[in-house]
Amino acid sequence: MDNIKQVLIQFEEALLNLDKIGARSLLLANEDKNGSAEVINKIVVPALKHIGDAWQNGSLALSQIYMSGKICEQLVDELLPAASNQRRSQPKMAIAVLNDYHFLGKRIIYSQIRSAGFEVIDYGRKTVDELVEAVCRDEIEIIFISTLMYPSALDIEQVVEKLEKLANKVKVIVGGAPFNMDEKLWQQVGAYAMGVDGNEALGWIDKLMEGKNE
Amino acid sequence: MTPLERVLTTLGHKEPDRVPFFLLLTMHGAKELGMTIKEYFSDGKNVAEGQLRMRAKYGHDCLFPFFYAPIEVEAWGGEVIFNENGPPNSGAPIIQNPKQILNMNAPTIEGNDCLEKVLECIRILKEEAKDEVPIIGVVMSPFSLPVMQMGFEAYLKLIYEKPEVFEYLMKINEEFAVSWANKQIDAGATAITYFDPISSISMVPRELFLKTGFWVAKRTLARIKGPTGVHFASGRCLPIIDDVARLGTSIIGTSVLEDLAEVKSKCNRRLTVLGNLNGIEMCRWTKKEAKEAVKNAIDKAASGGGFILADNHGEIPFQVSEEILITIAKTVNKYGQYPIK
Ligand code: B12
Repeated sequence: MDNIKQVLIQFEEALLNLDKIGARSLLLANEDKNGSAEVINKIVVPALKHIGDAWQNGSLALSQIYMSGKICEQLVDELLPAASNQRRSQPKMAIAVLNDYHFLGKRIIYSQIRSAGFEVIDYGRKTVDELVEAVCRDEIEIIFISTLMYPSALDIEQVVEKLEKLANKVKVIVGGAPFNMDEKLWQQVGAYAMGVDGNEALGWIDKLMEGKNE
Repeated sequence: MTPLERVLTTLGHKEPDRVPFFLLLTMHGAKELGMTIKEYFSDGKNVAEGQLRMRAKYGHDCLFPFFYAPIEVEAWGGEVIFNENGPPNSGAPIIQNPKQILNMNAPTIEGNDCLEKVLECIRILKEEAKDEVPIIGVVMSPFSLPVMQMGFEAYLKLIYEKPEVFEYLMKINEEFAVSWANKQIDAGATAITYFDPISSISMVPRELFLKTGFWVAKRTLARIKGPTGVHFASGRCLPIIDDVARLGTSIIGTSVLEDLAEVKSKCNRRLTVLGNLNGIEMCRWTKKEAKEAVKNAIDKAASGGGFILADNHGEIPFQVSEEILITIAKTVNKYGQYPIK
C-alpha cells in the first residue's frame, strides 16, 4: 500500500459523508493486494482513531463517531467473518452496561473494538450479580463496563469487590460520562483502567496483550 | 436586593450586590422530607415543601420545580424507572419503530397527571415566594426529547436517514414543549430552562445543529411567553455560542469541560453564563476543594455581571452532601460580594 496516506484520507472522508459504498470499495480495492487483516490495521483502525481523536478535541461530534463506527463494523464483518482464521488471537473479552439503561456508549465501543478485528461478547445490560456470574462463567479476561449514571458508576465497586473475593483476575476497564467528568472516579471504584473512547479501549487491549506475550 | 432583583441585575449585565447562585437541587428534597425519591416526586406538595426548605437552608437565589427529565416521556405514556439513590430514568422507548411517528400526536397538558403535579408545585411556590425569588421551570427541547422517546441509537439513525419523519417528530414535540412551557409560566414560573444537550457540540456537529436543533430551538423559544435559558446539561457549547446568541434566549448553561472565562468572554454581554461547578466531582469534594472551585468560578466569570453560579449539569447529584452545599453557599456569600476583590 504505497498510497496509504491518500487511501486513509479518502476512507475517512467516505465515513464522514456516510458513504458506505465508497468506503467499502476503497477497502476491497486494497484487500486484494494486502489481505483483510492488513487493510483493517492500516486503514480502518487509524481512520477510526483519527475520528475519535477529533471528537476528543471537539472538532467532530458524537453522531459522527457513532455512524462511522457502525459502517466500519459492518465492513469488517464482511471482510473478516466471525470465524475467519485471519481474526486476531486475543484475550477473551466482553462488554456490558451496568445497572443503567443507556446503551449508546457501549454500542460505540463495541463497534470500534470489532472494527479492529477483535471479537467481544456483548452482555447487554447486567446487574452486579449477573455481571459477576457471567464473567466467571465465560472466563472473561477483559471486561469493559459502560455507565452513564453516576450511581451506576459507583456500583462498579461492588463488581470489583465480588470478583476479587472469587479470586477472579479479570481486568475491569470502565468508561462513560461520569468517568469523563471526574478523572479520579475510575480509581475510586477500583477499576483496572478507564477509557474516554474506543481508541483508549483498543490501547488497553494492546497493552494487556503485550504483557501476556512477554 | 431580593433574589429576583439580583438575578435581573445580572441578566442586565450589571453587577448586583453579590454573585447570584442557583443550587439546582432536585432529589435532595426527599432527604429533607425523610422520603424515598419515588414517594417525594409522587406529589407536587412534597416537591414544593422540599424546595422551600432547601432554599431556607442554603439561601440560594432560585426555586427549582424540576422533577426529572423522563417526566416528559411519562406524559406521552412512557415508563419511568425509579432508583433509590439517583435520578429516575426513562424505561422502554414509546417509539419502538419510526413508522409509529407519523401517527402520533402530542399529549395535552391539562389532566396529564404527572405534569399536573409539577404545575401544582409551581403554584404553591409562587404563593410562597411572591415575586421575590425566581421560579425556574424546565422543558426538554423537542430536539433532545426523542432520545428518551425512541432511544439514542434509533434517534441518530432517524436524523440521518429519515429527514421527513424527523421533521414531523419535531413538529409534534415543538407543540408539546411550547404548551408545557407556557403552562408552567401560567402557573407562576418566572423563566424556563430549555434543556438541549443533543444540540451540544459534543453530540452533533455544528453544521448539523444549524440545520436541525438550531431551528427547532429558534421556533420553540419564540413561542414561549417568558424569559428562557438554554442548557446543554454539561455538553460543550463554546463553538456555537454565536448561534445560541441568535436564538433570542438570555442564559446559556455551560460545561466544566470548557474554560469559563473563555465562555464568558465569547458571550460578550449577549448571554448570561450559568455554571459551571463540576457536579460529579462535587460528590467527593472536601470543603477546601468546594471553596476553591467557587472562588475560581467567581474569579473567571463574575466581573461585570452576566453570571449566575451553578453546577454544570442543571442538577446536583444526590450524593453531594449538605456540608458541601453549605460550604458553596458560604463561599459565595463571602467572596461573591460585588465589587469582586
Ligand atoms: C445528552 C444527555 C442527555 C440527553 C440524552 C441522554 C441519554 N443518552 O439517554 C437527555 C436530555 C435525555 C438527558 C437526560 C438525563 N440526563 Co443527561 N446527559 C447528556 C450528556 C450531555 C451526554 C450523554 C450521552 O448520552 N452521551 C453519549 C454517550 C454515547 O456518551 P458516553 O456514554 O460518554 O460514551 C462515550 C465515552 O464516555 C466512551 N465510553 C462509554 N462507555 C464506555 C465504556 C468503556 C469501557 C470505555 C473504554 C469507554 C466508554 O465512549 C463513548 C464515545 O466516545 C451528559 C453529560 C456529558 N457531558 O456527557 C449528561 C448526563 C449523562 N446526564 C445526566 C443525568 C443525571 C440525566 C438525567 C437522569 C437527569 C434527570 N434527573 O432527569 C436524565 C435522564 C435520562 C434518561 N434517559 O432517562 C448525568 C449523569 C451523571 C449523574 N449525575 O448521575 C450526566 C453525566 C450530566 C452530568 N454532568 O451530571 N441527558
